[in-house]
Amino acid sequence: MSKLDSKIPEGSIEQKWTKYRSSIALVNPANKRSLEVLVVGSGLAGASAAATLAEAGYKVKVFCFQDSPRRAHSIAAQGGINAAKNYQNDGDSTYRLFYDTIKGGDYRAREANVHRLAEVSTSIIDQCVAQGVPLAREYGGLLSNRSFGGTQVQRTFYAAGQTGQQLLLGAYSALQRQVGSGNIELCHRHEMLDIVTIDGVTRGIIARNLITGEMEKHFGHAVLLCTGGYGNVFYLSTNAMGSNVTAAWKAHKKGAFFANPCYTQIHPTCIPVSGDHQSKLTLMSESLRNDGRIWVPKKKDDTRKATDIPEEERDYYLERRYPAFGNLVPRDVASRAAKERCDAGYGVGKSKMAVYLDFAFNTARYGKTEATKRNLHNPSQEEIMRLGKEVVKEKYGNLFDMYQQITGENPYEVPMRIYPAVHYTMGGLWVDYNLMTTVKGLYALGEANFSDHGANRLGASALMQGLADGYFVIPYTLGVYLSAEVTRMSAEKDKSDSIDKLKTKHPAFETALKEQTDLINKFLNIKGTKSVESFHKRLGLIIWNKCGMARNKQGLLDAIAEIQALRKEFWSDVRVLGTANEFNPDLEKAGRVADFIELGELMCKDALNREESCGGHFREEHQTEEGEAKRDDVNFAYVAAWEYKGVSEWELNKEELKYENIKIAQRSYK
Amino acid sequence: MGSGNGTELNLTLKVWRQKNTKATGSFETHQLTGISTDMSFLEMFDVLNEKLISEGKEAIAFDHDCREGICGMCSMYINGRPHGPKQGVTTCQLHMRSFKTGDTIVVEPWRSGAFPVIKDLAVDRSAFDRIIASGGYISVNTGNAQDANNILIPKTDADEAFGAAACIGCGACVAACKNSSAMLFVSAKVSQLALLPQGQVERKERVLKMVAQMDEEGFGNCTNTGACEAECPKGISLENIARMNRELMGATFK
Repeated sequence: MSKLDSKIPEGSIEQKWTKYRSSIALVNPANKRSLEVLVVGSGLAGASAAATLAEAGYKVKVFCFQDSPRRAHSIAAQGGINAAKNYQNDGDSTYRLFYDTIKGGDYRAREANVHRLAEVSTSIIDQCVAQGVPLAREYGGLLSNRSFGGTQVQRTFYAAGQTGQQLLLGAYSALQRQVGSGNIELCHRHEMLDIVTIDGVTRGIIARNLITGEMEKHFGHAVLLCTGGYGNVFYLSTNAMGSNVTAAWKAHKKGAFFANPCYTQIHPTCIPVSGDHQSKLTLMSESLRNDGRIWVPKKKDDTRKATDIPEEERDYYLERRYPAFGNLVPRDVASRAAKERCDAGYGVGKSKMAVYLDFAFNTARYGKTEATKRNLHNPSQEEIMRLGKEVVKEKYGNLFDMYQQITGENPYEVPMRIYPAVHYTMGGLWVDYNLMTTVKGLYALGEANFSDHGANRLGASALMQGLADGYFVIPYTLGVYLSAEVTRMSAEKDKSDSIDKLKTKHPAFETALKEQTDLINKFLNIKGTKSVESFHKRLGLIIWNKCGMARNKQGLLDAIAEIQALRKEFWSDVRVLGTANEFNPDLEKAGRVADFIELGELMCKDALNREESCGGHFREEHQTEEGEAKRDDVNFAYVAAWEYKGVSEWELNKEELKYENIKIAQRSYK
Repeated sequence: MGSGNGTELNLTLKVWRQKNTKATGSFETHQLTGISTDMSFLEMFDVLNEKLISEGKEAIAFDHDCREGICGMCSMYINGRPHGPKQGVTTCQLHMRSFKTGDTIVVEPWRSGAFPVIKDLAVDRSAFDRIIASGGYISVNTGNAQDANNILIPKTDADEAFGAAACIGCGACVAACKNSSAMLFVSAKVSQLALLPQGQVERKERVLKMVAQMDEEGFGNCTNTGACEAECPKGISLENIARMNRELMGATFK
């Protein structure tokens, strides 16, 4: 029998969540006050979960490695958040959002979770507006929407190019309100180093105070990992420098299965690499594809300036290949198409590893509309472009400024040069319908779990999922477990050595603390010759080259061998300076890179196992004649959930994916 | 590759080193050669840190995270200006093409009693979190919201609120101010919520609590110098301070 029980409720897809939600055991307010919940990570998922659970009366502690919970990387999300409000009256519905997400994920996501996500999406917008999040408005005072990839309706809500920032600050203010009321204890500049389990049940965490280096024990009846994705395994990605897999990975080594690690999202529109010094990559929001047209010259190795290439000599390859969706095809499709053109020799810029994202056409279109609005007859071309630029600036001003800062080029005048970059990870800790991992009492929310995006996430759906999990799912589903905890606590109340009495005095905490202290000392005592950074860079290159946008069997086998060798070298030759008892960013990073190395091996193993192409996972051996991803639904319509068995050893567990409401089909955007 | 014109810089760096909050700090001088003008300022620090580690010396501690100008974590005081010489950018978005070969660059942490130095260039800005916790929110529990389009907000108000809400909480305003005042930061949040219909119920209480917390944290007073606005990487306007003063008057004298 499978070790995986997804706990999907019975009933029709439309009824599952509503019925289930109403039948979950409740925890009464007095009991909530004696239940402690540890929330690790303070992004959209963590902040919204912590605030909501504290409002409900639980005792909550929040941990973040940054200096403030407001800095979590959700802050950097640019384009928007989806919700099936149908405010535009363009045919949107819960079902359509559900359908688009399943199809966008290339039929590798769990139906029940995705439908629930679509259902609660509308409440998220209501909640955020009530908090004072200044989402974009039309002149009549109503909310504004725009389009994102993989959909044909306008359901994306936004705040200029800073939607993540505004939503996170909303959730952060709700969190801080609870901090101010004494319901949440905030542990900033703290990093979770391990979970503590007793008889297979989560009882707390070990965290390091990053300022003093002190190792701390924290007890909790439940632990929520809201720690984001693992894109930084590639070294170069659009993630923040501190984003890491450590919390999820340590949980994995304590029994939480890791699902679909090879599903990584390469975002098509990022600023290209400029040299060896590059420390991270910067995204240019997908929203730009509303008004930017992607093209390369029709001629190979064309060295003319973009503006000197006439219209008829440009290849708008997305519009050519995918007339129905054009520039708004999903990310995986757009990224592969860019790679295909560049590999074939049509790339632009010095490196030839870039394509153009051009706003001239739509700037002119907006300019003409503005001229008409202002009753300007026969405006000059300059006048039209000036008016058009004003409109473009209002929509995307911060993104254009950012582009100019980084590249030194003015995108109002010349097309942007863009290339795909690692952005998001669909894989993550396996969770059931309640968002519980395979370790009792341990949950994973937001990007840290695997459940909603299948093999490819649609744009503007990450913010939606993070907030859905935190505001509207976990506050209910946590009750399933905690109500049972209340029963257990009551049964054990006279036991002198019950965990509720001992809490962090239980010997399991001391053992876990010692293990982590030893690990820190181990890093410091290797006293090797190579920096932590250099190992991270080398790991990133292996994974980008062999487990990136395209993968094949031989490459993956080579990558696994190379990563194993790199791991050995790391543990014998890394140089970590300073001491354990101080603020030591290099030491923090050593721990994170050690975990990335292990994860990297599992990613390759998972990619090797999945002998098909789907979404972000493209195996060169499995493609159609037109170069599109070719799924194998007979053999691979399952979630690959890996169980840790020891160094370089994993056991594969499968959760079969059943499509009862959506007909599984070849994904077409033509 | 990329946009750069391939020029490389030789620089002298004077960097503040301080072991911990209690220790006395001092400047340390480093020579750097071959710095590409395409690098960001923080990538230049990455190069320096790699060099230090290879020489067996401890890396310089500095705060940074998103490196795209939005998280507000980076905080270097460069040649006497928070976030350096360019207007409207954070340290992470400052690129080396803003410097010339032969330049001497002086880098310090934010200087303010309310932002104690943790180590080298990293400071503790948790005072800002405590100010928000004192009242920088609308008291609405999850699940209590009405349909979002039931609240009509004139576009101009929404845009103005957004302008204030764009604050990234980096603390450059405090570092720039001769009085270490946090007025620009606090007023941005007060303004955002005062401009929106959702913020009206707690309007008076909010400003009173936030200003009280601001004073308790040890930030100085505002003397209308305007350095905060000039150095703010997100262009948060001084008008917010004027608005907060009006809000405070209105709340104090009922």
